[in-house]
Amino acid sequence: MRVEPPPPPTPRPGGGGDGGSPPISGSTRLARPGGGARLWLWAASLGVYAFLYLPLAVVVLFSFNDSVLNAEWVGFTTRWYDRLLHDGDMLQAAANSLLIAMVSSSVATLLGAMAGIAMQRYRPRLLPFLALTPVAMPEILLGVSLLLFFRQVLDLTLGLTSILIAHVTFSIGFVAVIVRSRLAGMDESIFEAARDLGATPWATFRRITLPLILPALAAGFLMAFTLSIDDFVITFFVAGVGVVTLPLQIYSMIKVAVTPEVNAVSTLLMLLTLSVVILAARFAPDTLKAKA
Amino acid sequence: MALLEIRNVTRRFGDFKAVDAVSFSIEAGEFFTLLGPSGCGKTTILRMIAGFDDPDAGVMLLDGQPLTGIPPERRPVHTVFQSYALFPHMTVAGNIAFPLEMAGKSRDEIARRVAETLALVHLEDKGGSYPHELSGGQKQRVALARGLVNRPRLLLLDEPLGALDAKLRVEMQSELITLQREVGITFVFVTHSQQEALALSHRIAVMNRGRIEQLDEPDKLYGLPANRFVADFIGKINLIEVEVAAASKVLLTLKAAGLGEIAAADARPLQPGERGCFALRPEQIRVYGRKESADLKNRFDGSVKELLYLGDVTHYKVVLANGFAIEALMPNAAPGRAKFHEVGDAVTVCWRHDAGIFLRD
Repeated sequence: MRVEPPPPPTPRPGGGGDGGSPPISGSTRLARPGGGARLWLWAASLGVYAFLYLPLAVVVLFSFNDSVLNAEWVGFTTRWYDRLLHDGDMLQAAANSLLIAMVSSSVATLLGAMAGIAMQRYRPRLLPFLALTPVAMPEILLGVSLLLFFRQVLDLTLGLTSILIAHVTFSIGFVAVIVRSRLAGMDESIFEAARDLGATPWATFRRITLPLILPALAAGFLMAFTLSIDDFVITFFVAGVGVVTLPLQIYSMIKVAVTPEVNAVSTLLMLLTLSVVILAARFAPDTLKAKA
Repeated sequence: MALLEIRNVTRRFGDFKAVDAVSFSIEAGEFFTLLGPSGCGKTTILRMIAGFDDPDAGVMLLDGQPLTGIPPERRPVHTVFQSYALFPHMTVAGNIAFPLEMAGKSRDEIARRVAETLALVHLEDKGGSYPHELSGGQKQRVALARGLVNRPRLLLLDEPLGALDAKLRVEMQSELITLQREVGITFVFVTHSQQEALALSHRIAVMNRGRIEQLDEPDKLYGLPANRFVADFIGKINLIEVEVAAASKVLLTLKAAGLGEIAAADARPLQPGERGCFALRPEQIRVYGRKESADLKNRFDGSVKELLYLGDVTHYKVVLANGFAIEALMPNAAPGRAKFHEVGDAVTVCWRHDAGIFLRD
């Protein structure tokens, strides 16, 4: 679950009722369709949202199901969550995931911020492509190429380091885009004004640029965090045998069967990702657009 | 010694010469204006003085010291940007304190100077506001205060009134004059508005295509433009194509095709046959009915083609015998003015022999 769609437009209560009313003059919005057309629109929207969210709802529901089988509802329980807390492998995987997410998104924020500032200030032609290619590239391709690079070129033992480098690689572009779009909305002459008024380049960065891009840095960090914590494909290639992350752990569990414990851990992961995305959206309202 | 001296400064962008071997100097305490159409090089000169750009050739001296290689933050020159460039995350007081903090002033001095400067621009009660809470005119004042607070040797103003509405612009013009007189700091003002330049400046450099066409005081620029470009750019003017017919020591006789002879005062040694244009301001022209008498040497018959009544004055366009539409401005409260002339009226336009000037090509 990567993209949060905007909520459906809420119709005005009471709703006018006269079908085919002309658009309100002075308003730039299209007139809302009336009568039958409106009903269809609602049905279609409901269908789309059901398609998107019903499977997730089922996972959440069955994580509280008092049965080993994901077949029918038996009764409410929290024992699957309880079991999670006592599962050593699962806790280790969660700790790994959190550590990787923290470190990789910190590094990606630093590098991505530098890339974003450079993109805005010097308008390079190549840099945006270089920073954004890992974002657009199929994950499986990135995974394979990173694996080859780590093993054949660097001769690196796969593990925490290789996962970290891989996660930084695909996160930089997101941070760069967010920082850049924040700077693009600003009057560029304020940076010249700071220099003009006696600030050295470093003082200009510290007093002007940094405070202004802080929300973008926070949003970029959180975005990189969600990308890292739920990444499966790339991590699968570069993890090696020693280190297991949460998505890898879940995958290895469902190879046997989708147990209620998987539902429980998925619910928790979902909750974490969702709250981080919402937090990021509060820092930078255009973040979601950047991610989509 | 001049405060700022610009000697043969050239700046190229590719094949385009934005500034072409420009030289001028500015004295301390002066209100100096660079005036010209967009793309004439005036902003490039300003950016080079501020340190955001470097000349390809030539020297710039501030207090006799070359400016080359000195970064913007170490030049005693501050800029008021067209967009104001206020720091959006700082209060008004924070913005004004910024240059003082960068200069390492003490906390007490910063507080005192910020308060003084806020009073100077009449914003005593806005110190705690953020830029987005201010009106355009208030932002303008904050930008001015921020540029002035650390007492630069030069204050550069890049079209600072461009973003204000017409009424506010006029108000800010007189405030700028007062402010500059009070603080005694040298202002270098860049504008494309000739009206603004005339109203504010001690001296104006009129620029075109990277060169200075004329550098003079406002009344000289208006009254004695050096060439066609300056005459046309500053104010409204009639430019009549002429040829020198005869030149004595004081009186010049010009021949305008299809119109006849024009008498002008000119002491220059001009040769018959020289071509150029006769430049005449609309307000120098009188418009009379055919029967009214006017004891002036330059009299030409025509008919009113258009008129624009503006309350205090009326603006006439009169077509002369050779088809030239001459523009005239008549004050409506002039003594002895009998009536308005209507469109289509046969009239006589006349002017004193020293009313216009001959500009050689």
